[in-house]
Amino acid sequence: GPPAPERVLFPPTFSVSEIKNKQRRHFMFLRWKQQQRKEKLAAKKKRRKEREALGDKAPPKAVPKTIENQRVYDETTVDPNDEEVAFDEATDEFAPYFNRQTVPKILITTSDRPRGRTVRFCEQLATVIPNSHVYYRRGLALKRIIPQCIARDFTDLIVINEDRKIPNGLVLSHLPDGPTAHFRMSSVRLRKEIKRKGKEPTAHAPEVILNNFTTRLGHSVGRMFASLFPHDPQFIGRQVATFHNQRDYIFFRFHRYIFKSEKKVGIQELGPRFTLKLRSLQKGTFDSKFGEYEWIHKRREMDTSRRKFHL
Amino acid sequence: SPQIVWSMLGNRQFCSYKMTTKTQNFCRNEYNLTGLCNRSSCPLANSQYATIREEKGRCYLYMKTIERAAFPRRLWERVLLNKNYEKALEQIDENLIYWPRFIRHKCKQRFTKITQYLIRIRKLTLKRQRKLVPLRRKIERREKRREEKALVAAQLDNAIEKELLERLKQDTYGDIYNFPIHAFDKALQQQEAESESESDAEREEEDDEGVDKREFVEAEDSELSDFEDMDKLETSSEEEQEEEEEVEKKALHSKSKGKTPLKGPARRKRPYIEIEYEEETEPTTKTKAA
Repeated sequence: GPPAPERVLFPPTFSVSEIKNKQRRHFMFLRWKQQQRKEKLAAKKKRRKEREALGDKAPPKAVPKTIENQRVYDETTVDPNDEEVAFDEATDEFAPYFNRQTVPKILITTSDRPRGRTVRFCEQLATVIPNSHVYYRRGLALKRIIPQCIARDFTDLIVINEDRKIPNGLVLSHLPDGPTAHFRMSSVRLRKEIKRKGKEPTAHAPEVILNNFTTRLGHSVGRMFASLFPHDPQFIGRQVATFHNQRDYIFFRFHRYIFKSEKKVGIQELGPRFTLKLRSLQKGTFDSKFGEYEWIHKRREMDTSRRKFHL
Repeated sequence: SPQIVWSMLGNRQFCSYKMTTKTQNFCRNEYNLTGLCNRSSCPLANSQYATIREEKGRCYLYMKTIERAAFPRRLWERVLLNKNYEKALEQIDENLIYWPRFIRHKCKQRFTKITQYLIRIRKLTLKRQRKLVPLRRKIERREKRREEKALVAAQLDNAIEKELLERLKQDTYGDIYNFPIHAFDKALQQQEAESESESDAEREEEDDEGVDKREFVEAEDSELSDFEDMDKLETSSEEEQEEEEEVEKKALHSKSKGKTPLKGPARRKRPYIEIEYEEETEPTTKTKAA
């Protein structure tokens, strides 16, 4: 079609969508878009010039809106000075861990008949979490192995569910009668798939970073993760395991860090990585029928707002 | 008569229940006793016939006789068999007394097979059942997209680095990492305030104290300005020169860090290498900074 003129004049009640011919309509729309873009650019330039002209007296830059900024305020957000929360945490199921009365001992297992990827993932996870053991399922019922685990002094149970040869679910259960969390696992990357990775993780106890767990629910989930690792990390190992919560997705990473100066630190990713999304939190140990659910993700009620998050 | 029926359906014409494969013919008729398409197993081509069928876990014996051939509705007579295996077999025997051996035998065989698979079903339902949860494509796609966006928004590397530096600040690592840079900057500031002729002994003491304490100077700008000041000042003390080079080395390293992969133990050795440098040429590094 003809090139767009500088200023396009339209009758005032004209709109691009009224043209019946698709080709012409498309063409007019593109022209309109180009014009919008030009105007926007001109407006930006003008604003920038004004800002420079004002110099110091310019009004401060507006903060862009992000989803995190616009997040719907959750009334269960934990205030760091809240005494009630502190009291609850002192008396809940993780108190023995945080008082250093128990040493974490983890059992990692899978669903029936795990395939190669899941098996390798379990092995790598076992190297990342100290004092963990991998046992294969062989068709045993979870309800029956839980009492056996408690008898053998395990503190946590991790079950990795597999579907079509990839791990896609994680059940984390704190054993002596602790809460059970069921997660959906996605983007699992084994060690060999991570670019620029380092050597194998050593057996030193890693540090734990828990980011962005703000609500009560987030707090309890965060403590669950913290209780997997030994309470005293060995700083010689310089390893850190991170659980970062962003918009209800928990990203797990395992790095080795080094301080190049006191303002600069370099990190190198070892170890597997995966993301989790909480599906349900149950009060007792794993019991799908009669368990008391503290929180279930209900899609119809909870996924209605884009800016509402629960962790 | 059955012979004619068989000659039609069995061999020549079309039987809708017949399924042929390379080696065998099967019969899809639900009343068929063996499941194969034979002269003796075809329920259509035999006027006296019996089968075992199971419904909802209970087994029934179905019988067909010539007398009722004209009444399709009453054709098949049904007898509920006992739950007890032996008693049911006796029931079959007494109902099919005087019937051809073939039908009796096959009925009992079929009954045995059926009870076996019913037992298996009951056992399996006691064990763990696999629950199939259907995936919803739209939701899967939505979750995947949201996860990607959340990953971008998370800026994991930055967050982890920040957290680690915070922990370093809060002294959770104790004495493992000693960065005498604090001491150096603090000493510099003091030196700028006072005159240069202040004794080296004082400075040494401050440096020693500075090593144990953790103090923070403001951002990188102060380092550069310190360098410029350093060049203006004429220092003679060895310590300051050593630390200057250390700092410069470190600054150079941190500027040129780029994306080089870390080799943990190898990198760790660098600070020690820097100490070696301290004894080497000083004026060259000074000109570099200038």
